[in-house]
Amino acid sequence: MKTLEPILAKHPFFAGLQPHYLELVTGCASNMHFKAGETIFQEGDEAKQFFIIREGTLRLQVFAPGQGEISIQTLESGDVVGWSWLFPPHRWHFTGRATSALRVIALDGQCLYTKCEQDHGLGYEFLKRFSHIMMDRLQATRLQLLDLYKVN
Amino acid sequence: MLLSAEPAVTTTFSSDPMIPRPYEIQRAKWDSSDTFSLELTPVGGGDIPAFEPGQFNMVYVYGVGEIPISISGDPARRDMLIHTTRAVGTVTRAMSELKVGMMLGVRGPYGAPWPVDEARGKDIVIVAGGIGLAPLRPAMYRILAYREHYGRVVLLYGARTPADVLYRKQLEQWRAHFDLDVFVTVDRATNNWRGSIGLVTQLIVRAPFDPLNTMAMVCGPEVMMRFTTLEMEKRGVNSDNIYVSLERNMKCGIGLCGHCQFGREFVCKDGPVFRYSQVRHFLTKWEV
Amino acid sequence: MTQSKKNKPPKLYVLERRDFQELLTALSADGYQLIGPTLREGAVTYAEITAVEDLPIGYTDDQEKGTYRLHQAREPRLFGCGPGPHSWKKYLFPARMRLWQAQRSNGGFTVQADAHTPDKLALIGVRACELQAIAIQDRVFTGGAYVDPAYQAQRENTFIVAVNCGRANKTCFCTSMHTGPKAVSGYDLALTEVYTPEQHYFLIESGSPSGDEVLHALPTRPAAVDEVEAGEAIIAATSAQMERSLETKGLKDLLYASYDHQRWDAVAARCLACGNCTMVCPTCFCTTVEDVTDLSGDTAERWRKWDSCFTMEFSYIVGGSIRSTAKARYRQWLTHKLATWVDQFGTMGCVGCGRCITWCPVGIDITEEVREIQTTSVAPTAAVTERKRKRENT
Repeated sequence: MKTLEPILAKHPFFAGLQPHYLELVTGCASNMHFKAGETIFQEGDEAKQFFIIREGTLRLQVFAPGQGEISIQTLESGDVVGWSWLFPPHRWHFTGRATSALRVIALDGQCLYTKCEQDHGLGYEFLKRFSHIMMDRLQATRLQLLDLYKVN
Repeated sequence: MLLSAEPAVTTTFSSDPMIPRPYEIQRAKWDSSDTFSLELTPVGGGDIPAFEPGQFNMVYVYGVGEIPISISGDPARRDMLIHTTRAVGTVTRAMSELKVGMMLGVRGPYGAPWPVDEARGKDIVIVAGGIGLAPLRPAMYRILAYREHYGRVVLLYGARTPADVLYRKQLEQWRAHFDLDVFVTVDRATNNWRGSIGLVTQLIVRAPFDPLNTMAMVCGPEVMMRFTTLEMEKRGVNSDNIYVSLERNMKCGIGLCGHCQFGREFVCKDGPVFRYSQVRHFLTKWEV
Repeated sequence: MTQSKKNKPPKLYVLERRDFQELLTALSADGYQLIGPTLREGAVTYAEITAVEDLPIGYTDDQEKGTYRLHQAREPRLFGCGPGPHSWKKYLFPARMRLWQAQRSNGGFTVQADAHTPDKLALIGVRACELQAIAIQDRVFTGGAYVDPAYQAQRENTFIVAVNCGRANKTCFCTSMHTGPKAVSGYDLALTEVYTPEQHYFLIESGSPSGDEVLHALPTRPAAVDEVEAGEAIIAATSAQMERSLETKGLKDLLYASYDHQRWDAVAARCLACGNCTMVCPTCFCTTVEDVTDLSGDTAERWRKWDSCFTMEFSYIVGGSIRSTAKARYRQWLTHKLATWVDQFGTMGCVGCGRCITWCPVGIDITEEVREIQTTSVAPTAAVTERKRKRENT
């Protein structure tokens, strides 16, 4: 069986990660496919993984009675989705739904967490990468809150 | 030198730059719930004055007032003047109620254009937010008319909701071009929107262009433009190669009334299109 | 036209006080309407005059921050008063002017431009600082790609009689701005009023061909050496009398780097944003427009009016005003006068006439504000440092 390592190496999230770390990460990775409309994870469910998007798009959604599904953001190839696995209570805050055929690599949270605890160097690499994503999302969220195109 | 084959036109209508020329409305159409386009021709016939992408006119509604509106039509077409604007103020609301066959006053064109000619040989990234697509459309027309002069051409457009997406048909046509990358995103959407949700600034990170050989033209709300330039710089685009179009109060359009001052610039005559590096010092100051 | 005179000393003549009316008569005979200082409502106001008696003879003024008082002097000078609340700009650049009118006709309208047929005006008693203010407005209205046709037409029909200053007010600082107290250009005739208990005469010189013509028609005689020296002494004494000053060296860059200076908060706490400073300023040129229709709606007019950057509406764009605070508006005004104006028009927009100091109801003093910024400025901001570094590297 072909290893996922070369695929991970090409993803922007892992850019610059040292090969021996990449090898460790690959041990926690698995390939997944979703059809358009399929749910990848559901709000409230236990969050055990995060996903590296290889191809396709997904939406982060939330359901509000009376309003139905509200889409927060679309994510696509090159993006990373999911950080609920990092912290208790390890539950998904949003629902992730494929809006096209979707190929992702799922990374097992528990597996990674253990390896990060054993090697803080790896842990640091992960934190750097995740905090960067978090900052990007936070800044985008703030801009979205400003509702810039609305007429005051 | 301009790429356009049209000869430069000197307006012989009046030596007094404050006198509007009457135009007749040929077509009026709502682009969204609050945004509309007017197609105008000069009363008494003749061509509209030649204009460059990014320039604006002062448009007068009889008895109501006059405001600056950027030109949104194709600069190669001299038979029709197109303005797209939002019905949000006294003058634009009055304008939105005008019917085909009625008249408007027009003075112009005024202002500094987008650097479509200087951009030859470069990749083009056009980033528009909301109504900001209107002043950029002439740049798209010009660039597409001389497509072979440019590298990659990317249009990134963000709107508030799918219903607010301007020039939808045009965007679909452009998207069909094999030598054009068009990405549209909305800030919020219901489920029947199949496209991207998120900010236009988030499209920049993956847009296909060469940061070291790119000319970026950005138009939208000022905060959106500031964040867009940050993303551009993260990609490695030099701020000398980023242009923004600013909006300020204007009463004359020709640098005499003082209203549009922005630091040392008169937005009406030194802009509205500015090289970002030229105005960044003032853009990050409050209430300039 | 003054170029050819460069190498020769200016030709000074003496016009006796008792012959001064001859000057006014000559200008009237040439078809000029005469405008000069007059006494109105306790202040010197530029208005139409017909005879020398219309001038504020024997009056002088005291000016200080927020204070203006006229009083009778012992000496019967014709030009003993300094600049009042008005400036000449109201004649060259009217406070209210119709731009055009339009007639409605079946769904459309036709626009009729207003013809610019200015009166021939002779401005009597223009101070050196005011000449520079006119030169500055010339650059604004006629120096760019678009010309204000009404202004240009009026300027072409204006004769200027300058008067060199025989005293400085406490609010004056023209020496700092290099605009006075002696008129050096931009006039047709320039006068220096010399008064001693024994003599009262004017040294008069021409600055243009039209000035030459008028001068030749007057009962003058060439000035004697001691008379020329008396005139020079008066101007030197006026310079020496100047109490206020404004350091302009490095000021533009300093103000560009001082948008966040804490002094703006202090001045904003006092500023009423009344706009007086902009109304009395001889260089302020901002205008707004007003659209009016008659009751039937068949006639519409567009008027241009003086405007002030101190109003909330001035910077209004859809959604609100860009400069919503008094702080931002005062900063805009001062920074425009002393920094951005330089980049826009090649000179500062302040001539040191002191009007904004005198007529500020709360006594804000532009020279004081500048000094505060100059003496309390922190290190240049990162942006300035970076620009400097870039400049050095290239």
